[in-house]
Amino acid sequence: MRKTKNSVSYNKWGYIFLIPFMTAFIIFQFIPLLNTIYNSFFENYLVGLNQVGPTFIGLDNYKSLISNGDLLIYTRNTLILWVMCFVPQIILSLTLAAWFSDASLKLKGTRFFKTVIYLPNLIMASAFSMLFFTLFSERGPINSILIQLGILSKPFVFFSSTIATRTLIAFMNCMMWFGNTTILLMAGMMGIDGSLFEAAQVDGATSTQVFFKVTLPLLRPILLYVMITSLIGGLQLFDVPQILTNGTGDPMRNTMTLIMFLNNHLYSKNYGMAGALSVMLFIITCILSLIIFKASGHDKRK
Amino acid sequence: MENKKTKGMSVHARRTFSYIILVLVTILCLFWFYVLFINATRSNGELQSGFTFIPSTHLLENWKNLRAGTLPILSGLKNSLIISCSCVLFSVYFSTMTAYAIHAYDFKLKKFIYPFILAIMMIPTQVTALGFVKLVDAVSIFRDSPVPLIATTIAAPVTFFYMKQYMESTLPLSLIEAARIDGSNEFRTFNSIVLPLMKPAIAVQAIFTFVNNWNNYFVPALVLKSDDKQTLPILIARLRSADFLKFDMGQVYVMIAFSIFPVVIIYLFLSKYIVSGVALGAVKE
Repeated sequence: MRKTKNSVSYNKWGYIFLIPFMTAFIIFQFIPLLNTIYNSFFENYLVGLNQVGPTFIGLDNYKSLISNGDLLIYTRNTLILWVMCFVPQIILSLTLAAWFSDASLKLKGTRFFKTVIYLPNLIMASAFSMLFFTLFSERGPINSILIQLGILSKPFVFFSSTIATRTLIAFMNCMMWFGNTTILLMAGMMGIDGSLFEAAQVDGATSTQVFFKVTLPLLRPILLYVMITSLIGGLQLFDVPQILTNGTGDPMRNTMTLIMFLNNHLYSKNYGMAGALSVMLFIITCILSLIIFKASGHDKRK
Repeated sequence: MENKKTKGMSVHARRTFSYIILVLVTILCLFWFYVLFINATRSNGELQSGFTFIPSTHLLENWKNLRAGTLPILSGLKNSLIISCSCVLFSVYFSTMTAYAIHAYDFKLKKFIYPFILAIMMIPTQVTALGFVKLVDAVSIFRDSPVPLIATTIAAPVTFFYMKQYMESTLPLSLIEAARIDGSNEFRTFNSIVLPLMKPAIAVQAIFTFVNNWNNYFVPALVLKSDDKQTLPILIARLRSADFLKFDMGQVYVMIAFSIFPVVIIYLFLSKYIVSGVALGAVKE
């Protein structure tokens, strides 16, 4: 009896300890979210130095955002960049993780390799992007190496080619994230019961068969997690293309991502459109995670 | 016997193959940093004349030129350090406190609050950026100031989640009970018993919080407008938008190196904890 009374009086401390988190969350995240949604229903922008609005216009911002066509282009760009980054990344990470956790391979120095492949994840994306911009510029070291090797006769202008620019962005992101993915997948593989591998080997399965028939199916939950976080991260792609193209999304706006679009609206103080775009991004993020969660639910029937 | 031999061979071949790929991947990861280091040591003239793999001697000269230039590099460093370190203090301390509230107490709203915090983990900060900028504009002490950037990190769901996971495996409730019997009040129990026990998790999250805020560009660029308030990523962006060819390339490389290498050095010392920390955070269901 005394104990229950005690624990009840202690439990009010649960609320007290939550106060800082909740206060910060409400002021700096929740109110801004509501404010963003609120702004999306108003006409509010600058023409030269003249402020237009704010006037309530209902869903007009959303309508003009969708009918304009830019949104579609930038969504496409963002998704293309994500796929170009994610596909090689997941293949490389699965391969490396399988090797690192394969006891029969007995690889030496795995800690060194893990340390090295995780390093790019901690690098300032904007500085890394600036580095690539200088290295791959017309008179930069990469062109001079390629010319010295005789591969090129004159400098190749990487940043006026859509494919080259997109590849560079995807490559940088892939480099920055494959180490993280490898370590996550490895943790998942280590969690698999070792006797399953032994049983498969006794049955005469090759290492490729073990990988596709045992490891991969058991990894599904963590693969799903990796894919969701990567997709949500991919939608937020900003620093690398912003710095690489100086915010222009060149060539021909082909590397302009959704967040760069949002950033442009925020800088030009076009708050109505920025609000509508933010809300749409918010909804897209929610829907995408739901789709993936659902899809994995269906797969369980197999 | 025959069979066994071919199988052994194939393991050997596979091992060699994996080493080759691993070495290639390692080179791919380190190549850029090596080139950055080399180029930071070369003068503009040397840089224009083509690339070599041998470092030169102009590192200090490039650094002096950069400092003499228009970019407020030292104040950028100072601002980046102040913001990142403050974020570490606030984020780690209050996330641990939040995790402790959920871990150690039974209260009515807990059933609601825990899943709620996990759900808001998914909200990208960019989505609320507009409201955040409006808030900063509306409150005079937030305008052009690092305060809102630091205060936001008090509510860090990802750090909270890590702390909560760690507490479940290392913090027995009986220990808190024992402290109560000894007459320690709840706040003191948290500060002098729980926090020390959380040291390994705190170290890992401190590093991640530091790195994230050191590298953060999108929101700080919207908030910090005046020269003497800006952080390194914003200066990098300014360097990019300045007329590029007029610039001394040696300075550009030193500036990039200056932004990247502090984190690399921290990482070299703490990589063991960081890599295992990533894996620890990954074992989530």
